[in-house]
Amino acid sequence: MLKYANPTFFLPLVAKLLPWLAGATVAAFAIGIWGAFFSAPADYQQGETVRIMYIHVPAAWLSMFCYATMTASALGTLVWRHPLADAAQKAAAPIGAAFTFVCLVTGSLWGKPMWGTWWVWDARLTSVLVLFVIYLGLIALWQTIEDPGRAARGAAILTLVGVVNLPIIKFSVDWWNTLHQPASVFRMGGPTIAPSMLWPLLVMGIAFTLLFTTLHLMATRNEILRRRLRRLAIQTATGETNAQPTHRLTMTGGAE
Amino acid sequence: MSPSPLAALFSREIRVARRLGGGGTMGVIFFLILVTIVPFAIGPDLNLLSRIGPAILWIAALLATLLGLDRLFQADHEDGSLDLMLTSDTPLELVVLVKCLAHWVVTGLPLVIAAPLFGLMLALDPQALWTVTLSLLAGTPALALLGAIGAALTVTLRRGGLLMAILILPLAIPVLIFGVSAASASTSATTPFWPPFLILCALTLATLAAAPFAVAAALRHMSE
Repeated sequence: MLKYANPTFFLPLVAKLLPWLAGATVAAFAIGIWGAFFSAPADYQQGETVRIMYIHVPAAWLSMFCYATMTASALGTLVWRHPLADAAQKAAAPIGAAFTFVCLVTGSLWGKPMWGTWWVWDARLTSVLVLFVIYLGLIALWQTIEDPGRAARGAAILTLVGVVNLPIIKFSVDWWNTLHQPASVFRMGGPTIAPSMLWPLLVMGIAFTLLFTTLHLMATRNEILRRRLRRLAIQTATGETNAQPTHRLTMTGGAE
Repeated sequence: MSPSPLAALFSREIRVARRLGGGGTMGVIFFLILVTIVPFAIGPDLNLLSRIGPAILWIAALLATLLGLDRLFQADHEDGSLDLMLTSDTPLELVVLVKCLAHWVVTGLPLVIAAPLFGLMLALDPQALWTVTLSLLAGTPALALLGAIGAALTVTLRRGGLLMAILILPLAIPVLIFGVSAASASTSATTPFWPPFLILCALTLATLAAAPFAVAAALRHMSE
């Protein structure tokens, strides 16, 4: 397991895994979308708009799952100073921001017919918006600090500080009396959704997770390659000879 | 250890702040200007102003806290005194705590003292003056400590002020929420004062315990 944390072993592994992951993602989406749009019944109260749920809820799960991934990577960065953790952390931020954005937009589109408004300042919506802003702040921090190693450690600290927002999002519907409905899938005493609606939702959740894994691995790989390019460019610019053994180039740690 | 290094640092911070930025007066003037601008923007309706007055004061305090925050560690980084702090025997966490305390004494405390006066300008009733002042007293230390995290993360950046605001303000939202709901307890009949106020105190204590470690870690990593 630890062996694959080395970028030199990680890259071939990703190359092997990616086609399978991409195939599984497409298959899961095919089943999930068929289930969501054709198999699952319309809601007796909400009608056809309930189908927004099959995008909205998995996107919301993934927005938090992605932050959790980033937190784990941040620990890897700070505790072990691992270059792969740096790359994984950086790669996850834009993907997480995208999922959060999808979650906010679909929620807004769903809120208009159901609540009669695009947006309310209730605890769940506000805390997810804060998550979105934290993602944007992290991306800005990554872009502003030039040295990749230093940027990684700065972003890691901010990620760990911002992680307090995750339980707030999860439990906001229990702690405050919100317009957003309380949890209905992951709750004590089992889900309260009808099985005919629950299975497409879970399949979509799996599909979104697979999509995230695929995109995240691709982005991490790109980040590793980008760092190698950066290192090569620095070496060329400083006139450093290429006499060093090439495996040094594969150690993608930030040029410090 | 006759003159404790932390006490020396504290008096140095206060002295530097007084000589460079006029100490607390600059923050209070900024606070005054913000409070003055609002009635122009929303109209001089005293009923409306007294209803949203606590919120105005809190937003003004939040923005005034950002003032000068980007220089909190940057100035020390530039003249090399940050390196001395990093290598000294005194734990960096305590150094950070003292610097934050000094920063709060210079920027936060004057706002708390001036808040009742500005509250009068916004037509707050006497009870609301008390709740606003108390909530600012309890909440502004948390704002200063959270701000220090952003200041430490952007310590090496030439123009980190804007990025710092982007990083800090989302984290300050919980403080703002409970601060404003405690402050406006007397103007609305539905919200009680104590629960949000106690949560605000808890937030401040939690940041007091956790933020120095985050700031110190950020300083160690960012300035190497």
